[in-house]
Amino acid sequence: MALFDAVLELADDHLVLGHRLSEWCGHAPMLEEDLALPNMALDLIGTARTLYDYAATLEGQGRTEDDMAYLRGEREYRNLLLCERPNEDFAQTMLRQLYFAAFMHPYWQAAADSADEVIRGVAGKAVKEMAYHIRHAGEWVIRLGDGTEESARRMTDAVEALHIYTGELFEEGSAEGVDALPSRAAVKPAWEAIIDHIFGQALLSRPVVQYPQTGGRRGLHGESLGHLLAEMQSVHRAHPGATW
Amino acid sequence: MVITAISPEARRAWEAAAAVPDPEVPCVTVADLGILRDVAIVDGVAVAKVTPTYSGCPATLAIEMAIEAALLGAGFVARIERVLSPAWTTDWISAEGREKLRAYGIAPPEETSGSKLALFGEVTVHCPRCNSTATERISEFGSTACKAQYRCTACFEPFDYFKCI
Ligand SMILES: [Zn+2]
Repeated sequence: MALFDAVLELADDHLVLGHRLSEWCGHAPMLEEDLALPNMALDLIGTARTLYDYAATLEGQGRTEDDMAYLRGEREYRNLLLCERPNEDFAQTMLRQLYFAAFMHPYWQAAADSADEVIRGVAGKAVKEMAYHIRHAGEWVIRLGDGTEESARRMTDAVEALHIYTGELFEEGSAEGVDALPSRAAVKPAWEAIIDHIFGQALLSRPVVQYPQTGGRRGLHGESLGHLLAEMQSVHRAHPGATW
Repeated sequence: MVITAISPEARRAWEAAAAVPDPEVPCVTVADLGILRDVAIVDGVAVAKVTPTYSGCPATLAIEMAIEAALLGAGFVARIERVLSPAWTTDWISAEGREKLRAYGIAPPEETSGSKLALFGEVTVHCPRCNSTATERISEFGSTACKAQYRCTACFEPFDYFKCI
């Protein structure tokens, strides 16, 4: 079931980050961003749906994508800690998006010739969407990093707050030796190249992390994931089996 | 687009399905956009293969239902198959589809989807009104997942650009 576990982890990353972005809907600092953030959330949630559906098929226990998303508790969620980090300010939201997209873009590129047809299909679509996310988030990271004193301070604080979670991106975990999926560790040089390309223009530097934070892949999450799931799952749990 | 069986029935089914307009960009049909991949008659059932544009495109289900309804309306028993691979690309929009987009005021995609410019480069977009290249991007994301917002600095027209993916 290594493939099942690895697909479920990917799906959780996409759903949790997609939900985080959707929290900006109606609150973004300008209309363009109020369109952009939910648009990016839709990309992520769409990918999550296909992956949950595939995980349910691999499992063969009759569960559906909804069961996967709505009927698992936080200890059963296997998302990266990075994806669940609260939105905080716009700088943190954009940096979190850049960190994730800069990983997923080369990852999906490597998955494009997977022998697994579903993975190939998801990768072919998502790789282009992730390119857009890198561009969009990268432009903001540059604009804020190389902006006013205040925006540069916030961007530097965002790097301080989030960089400790990036090491988890490259942990193979359950995906170790799964042929259908690319190596996570092998994506690191491409990720670093994208981050350095953006950081160079943003006048930011990639810090050396002394105490990396991990645990999401083992179901050990920060406090904020429980709050996210409580909100996301409340309607489904209050009305079991409801459809629309 | 591929028409695997060219029996008169299959042809009629294709034509019924192909005429369905995109719900968000109604100037083009699902065949113009290249999201209707195939219609075949399998054991008396019209099977339409449809590929989504974006992962999270909210119109995917609406498009599938509209195609199914069009086939039912033409007297077929119908089934929709969602095809993920190969992934849809804007390269599949037909020349006629591109012209319809332009006439509707939406600039069609400029580059081919494999272009290296996609990651950090900036494409030159032609104004759908005056064809000037003096255009600038207002927002990477527009009214639907597939469009960005631009404006023309020659004729001052604000317009949607159908993003190249
Ligand atoms: Zn113009």
